[in-house]
Amino acid sequence: MRVNLTINGERREADVEPRLLLVHLIREVLRLTGTHIGCDTTHCGACTVLLDGRPVKSCTLFAVQADGRSVMTVEGLEQDGKLHPVQDGFMQEHGLQCGYCTPGMLMTSYALLRSHPQPSEDEIRRAISGNLCRCTGYVNIVKSIQHAAARLADGGA
Amino acid sequence: MAPEASPRTSPEVGGMGHSIKRKEDPRFIRGQGTYVDDVSLPGMLHLDIVRSPYAHAKITKIDTAKALAVPGVLAVITGHDLAKYNLHWMPTLMSDTQMVLPVDKVMYQAQEVAAVLATDRYTAADGVDAVEVQYEPLPVVVDPRKALEPGAPVLRTDKKDKRDNHIWHWEWGDRAATDRAFREAAVTVKEDIYLPRIHVASIETCGCVASFDKVTGKLTVWMTTQAPHVIRTVFALVAGHVGLEEHKIRIVSPDIGGGFGGKVPVYPGYVIAVAASVLTGKPVKWIEDRMENLQADSFARDYHITAELAATKDGKLTALRIKTLADHGYADAAANPSKFPAGLFHICTGSYDLKAAHVEVDGAYTNKPPGGIAYRCSFRVTEAVHTIERMADLMAHQLGMDPAEFRLKNFVQPEQFPYKSALGWEYDSGNYAGALRKAMDRVGYGVLRREQAEKRARGELMGIGISSFTEIVGAGPSKHFDILGLKMFDSCEIRIHPTGRAIARFGTKSQGQGHETTYAQILAEELGIPAAHIQVEEGDTDTAPYGLGTYASRSTPVAGAAAAVAARKIRDKARQIAAHLLEAAPEDLVWEPGKFSVKGAPGRSKTIQEIAFAAYTNHPQGMEAGLEAVSYYDPPNLTYPFGSYIAVVDIDKGTGEVKVRRFVAVDDCGNIINPMIVDGQIHGGLTMGLAPALYEEISYDDAGNVRGGSFVDYLLPTAVETPRWETDKTVTPSPHHPLGAKGVGESATVGAPAAIANAVVDALWHLGVRHVDIPITPAKVWKLLRTHGVSE
Repeated sequence: MRVNLTINGERREADVEPRLLLVHLIREVLRLTGTHIGCDTTHCGACTVLLDGRPVKSCTLFAVQADGRSVMTVEGLEQDGKLHPVQDGFMQEHGLQCGYCTPGMLMTSYALLRSHPQPSEDEIRRAISGNLCRCTGYVNIVKSIQHAAARLADGGA
Repeated sequence: MAPEASPRTSPEVGGMGHSIKRKEDPRFIRGQGTYVDDVSLPGMLHLDIVRSPYAHAKITKIDTAKALAVPGVLAVITGHDLAKYNLHWMPTLMSDTQMVLPVDKVMYQAQEVAAVLATDRYTAADGVDAVEVQYEPLPVVVDPRKALEPGAPVLRTDKKDKRDNHIWHWEWGDRAATDRAFREAAVTVKEDIYLPRIHVASIETCGCVASFDKVTGKLTVWMTTQAPHVIRTVFALVAGHVGLEEHKIRIVSPDIGGGFGGKVPVYPGYVIAVAASVLTGKPVKWIEDRMENLQADSFARDYHITAELAATKDGKLTALRIKTLADHGYADAAANPSKFPAGLFHICTGSYDLKAAHVEVDGAYTNKPPGGIAYRCSFRVTEAVHTIERMADLMAHQLGMDPAEFRLKNFVQPEQFPYKSALGWEYDSGNYAGALRKAMDRVGYGVLRREQAEKRARGELMGIGISSFTEIVGAGPSKHFDILGLKMFDSCEIRIHPTGRAIARFGTKSQGQGHETTYAQILAEELGIPAAHIQVEEGDTDTAPYGLGTYASRSTPVAGAAAAVAARKIRDKARQIAAHLLEAAPEDLVWEPGKFSVKGAPGRSKTIQEIAFAAYTNHPQGMEAGLEAVSYYDPPNLTYPFGSYIAVVDIDKGTGEVKVRRFVAVDDCGNIINPMIVDGQIHGGLTMGLAPALYEEISYDDAGNVRGGSFVDYLLPTAVETPRWETDKTVTPSPHHPLGAKGVGESATVGAPAAIANAVVDALWHLGVRHVDIPITPAKVWKLLRTHGVSE
């Protein structure tokens, strides 16, 4: 089946099997390997991308469900060589260690800050509760998102 | 306690003590890391695995016809295919054997039965579905106690003389002195403690891409391994007879998405992928899914412990006695130093000055996956710490003493270091009371105890739990530590380039710990070259010096020490070159980070960069050019990090839910390389301590069906359950480590579960509750409350 989609602002099309998962389209057909796979049951969130601006777990959607829609992955965060504040926040506050959950965590954080520019700690923790991290203990991830929120409030990117 | 030293180097140099940002991060925050599943080679085939639905069964037939008829399926590999090359069994790190693929029977649910090779991963999965296997179920042995009963079905029928399911007996300590101390003791306590089977569940599962070049005869394997050099040697030992010799094997461990011990063993999938690539001459990728990962990869723990502690009537501990049954599944595939089948479990006297101790462990076979590895822990240290810390609390409560006061009374005292423990370890340094007092101040211990008394009077359940742990990390001195004979040194090789920039390579492999940053900081400290100018590489056996790898918190204690020693060799040569440039005697030069100056003439100096340039352009006659060094560091002792943790919990009487309200962690890992990274390691370790304390367990029903085999029922803590960790530190340097540092990556995993379990029992003690095994689930607590007379 033909799939036409916009990914990180670029129009792409591919001929795929109907059963192909969106995450495999992104990783193996479009070769954007920043989006990761960590489970089979929609629990870990390593595969989180934005579909029409909303965070989704791309291991639980078929590629064909993205037809005619817009997908954003971690590779789309940096604009014109400038890191998005959420990326910088994770670096400044040591919000990552092995880096495997990080792309999914970044996409969820990005979406949260779009809908809630000044989230409380509780709102942050709830928002990222569908993204598992085994390394950081989440404390610094929360700080990273707060760091990004403060930068965005200051008018940063 | 020594006052905390300020960094010796400037922030621009970024030596020890600076919280510099991580060099790894720019690629990870852009999604530009390279993990194994990101490796894609032209013509690459995909491997998927048929797994057993039975825990114990005879295989009567494997019919591959329908699978081979699936378009795109190229081959179905069975044990019989591997048996032609004698590759159907492989050795474990503990000198046991395990199957790669079976020829006659399966020993646990989810065991590999056959492998399908296809052009893409979806087709490979179709092939797996189409393989038809006929099984004849056999009696299943799940409980290790039953496994050792007379008449239990013998599981390892492959071992000719094996008549039971007993693997080994190991004991340590002075039995007679310990028994005597117990006979003479005024007070004793005894408890059965079970540390359940759990799984590290790194967010990246295991996998590899094996690529055999038929022309050159060289095999390259990108794989999720914490110990690439050892893997290369193991592959050569296992497959040397079919032509894979060690100089023709290259292991590349790329970015690793968390290891925690789970990426130390060799799993059958790796071996099958290698065999498939060698046979086809094409690259073969095998990536396990989460369920395969949880159900078949090495588990951790599964220790059934009976512990006894003896004390005088005024609360002075005298002796510890432990008997343990270790469930290893169907093969002892633990990843321990070879001499220690129960790992470093004999650190179990912990932080206390005991006069006598004796510990016994028996290993048993059951119909479960083979193991066990550590779960972010140095070889069974969590088992040891959990036992002694639970027992210390039990004794304190039994004596009616405050658990903090009891610990302070029994700690090894600062002046006793180096301290020889009753079980033979020589603790390098410590100030246990210092850490506990700091934690008590930070948490407000006295106020909390008063709050607890008030709440208890109102019928509310609140508990305060302490864990004052001693870790043992940095394996290890070659006298006692080896894996399959390979001494447990580690290595660093440094090359300083003419322009003063440098590359350093190590025998370890980061899985998130941040080695690219912290190793560069060690070298910056020792050489004065800015950390930003030092490229750190690990994980490619073609380029890195041989080392035993990263696990058991050994990177800083061993490879970090190697970095310091290699850097000091470079400094020795640099001194000679500087003397030549400054026309002074080498002994008249003074080193400060980054330059040599002539004694008494500070204006006459040469920077390390000037010296590096001269090493290639103007070196003294009779000296070889270049500025390089290598060190294979054999540590004189292990390092003994420690800390005191205090957990405060509230228990919901209606639901049985335990809520960790506060958790204060005071850690001491000696001198610190990067405070930001140390704090991050402790946060992560605490969360992996919380996890088994409250949530995680892989259990089995009587038929050997796995419970906890996916993230549906194997519960990792999310950001919602995880407390806001409160961390602090004391600094007691290691006297024998060149940098005064100790390992830290696992301290918190080791220490945290006991603090939480102690807090729960502390909340329930007045009801008559004496012990509760982890994970302390709401159902378990709810039942305890109801059986102890508490209604909603």
